[in-house]
Amino acid sequence: MSEIPGDLKFLKSHEWARVEDDGLVRVGISDHAQGQLGDLVYVELPEVGSAVKAGAGAAVVESVKAASDIYSPVSGEVVEVNELLNDKPEIINEDAFGEGWIFLVRPSDRGELDELLDANDYEELVENEDH
Amino acid sequence: MTEKTVLNATHRALGARMVDFGGWDMPINYGSQIEEHHAVRRDAGMFDVSHMTVIDLHGARTREFLRHLLANSVDKLKVHGKALYSCMLNEQGGVVDDLIVYYLGEEFFRLVVNAGTRAKDLAWIEQQAAPFEVQVKERPEFAMIAVQGPNARAKVLGLLHDVDRPRIEKLGKFSAAAAQGPHGMPLFVARTGYTGEDGFEIIVPAEHAVALWEALAAAGVAPAGLGARDTLRLEAGMNLYGQDMDESVLPWEANLGWTIALDEGRAFIGRAALEQQKAAGVPRVMVGLVLDDKGVLRHGQKVLTANGEGEILSGSFAPTLNKAVAFARIPAGEPGDVRVDIRGREVPVRLVKYPFVRDGKPCAGI
Repeated sequence: MSEIPGDLKFLKSHEWARVEDDGLVRVGISDHAQGQLGDLVYVELPEVGSAVKAGAGAAVVESVKAASDIYSPVSGEVVEVNELLNDKPEIINEDAFGEGWIFLVRPSDRGELDELLDANDYEELVENEDH
Repeated sequence: MTEKTVLNATHRALGARMVDFGGWDMPINYGSQIEEHHAVRRDAGMFDVSHMTVIDLHGARTREFLRHLLANSVDKLKVHGKALYSCMLNEQGGVVDDLIVYYLGEEFFRLVVNAGTRAKDLAWIEQQAAPFEVQVKERPEFAMIAVQGPNARAKVLGLLHDVDRPRIEKLGKFSAAAAQGPHGMPLFVARTGYTGEDGFEIIVPAEHAVALWEALAAAGVAPAGLGARDTLRLEAGMNLYGQDMDESVLPWEANLGWTIALDEGRAFIGRAALEQQKAAGVPRVMVGLVLDDKGVLRHGQKVLTANGEGEILSGSFAPTLNKAVAFARIPAGEPGDVRVDIRGREVPVRLVKYPFVRDGKPCAGI
């Protein structure tokens, strides 16, 4: 299991959010989540320009085993998606916190970020789940 | 209480992701399910299938009993060690379980049945066996390792005692024989499997299972989890009990007609119901589906046809084909353009004859 980067914030449902220097929010799923899902074979990306809502489904990742909704940690507009995942969904398995990001949001309410778990809280959540 | 096979600690030491599988704590993968799938298609992989139930039947009337119990004809078994795939049905013709029966002597047959149906199967078999005075004996002291893939047989043969090797090398498909493994351990080696590849399923006394597993690993056989086993058998066109058929499904509706022997004068359980449905017309059929677009077909998804709705039974991404395939049960008759409802989207799929993959290669038309 790779280290959880300290600059990330999390939903309990294992999505991460990273506030970039330009204020946009990058979204992906945690390394723990990709491990639980197993080999990913398909990612249904949101459309660029579409609106997403905090806590609502924005994308779908499918592993050999199951399909899982990906909830957006923040509300706003999707400004970019990770097109590489169309052909290589396994990037999420290989680098969930980095190259395996899923979409980028222009947040409409930055206050929502305060509702998210910080890296320590998330780590604790995952540890408790494992027991 | 979850049950554990004798290889449980071995799986954990290999870093396996463990899941509950029909009440058993089993490895779903050891890292990458897809890599394990490819290892079996391209080289050799091994599965712990010790959760499966071995039942030995003894008695002078055992063959007569199996004529009554099984929908396939045990009289096809004439040669020592020969195996037969069959369903056992209830009186309504529904499938109680599917199994393999081995002929080990005129008064000794061995059954291997599913893990998830163990208690129900034992109760059913004991109830049916009583009038035939057949002794029904479960053999929990056995473990089972399936070694599958184009190089699987060669790797197993290399571990056998010299005196046994030529005989086991000549073992025909769907046949079994005893042999000595590493350190003289007694093995029951069957040339059977659930992957569409050649290979052996080996029954071994539990106390030798870890040593056999380690010897196979040293011979270059890759550990593979039940996740890969599921995608391999789906590609190979093999049914999974509980998903593709159960007690509410007649074999005609599960593409198991080839296992039904309507031989003259044999009154097996469920025969009357089977003949009745065949005469009346079978309302549903099981078909193969291929999704050429992106996405994954899954158990429970709705299938739309010209004759009404059906549903996906087994469905998954197929690693050998790099696209999704499925079995579906749909209304009989010309289905027209077939679509599957994936999260509210109607996605067109192709109806195909399966297996989807055989001996490592995609089948024609897939």
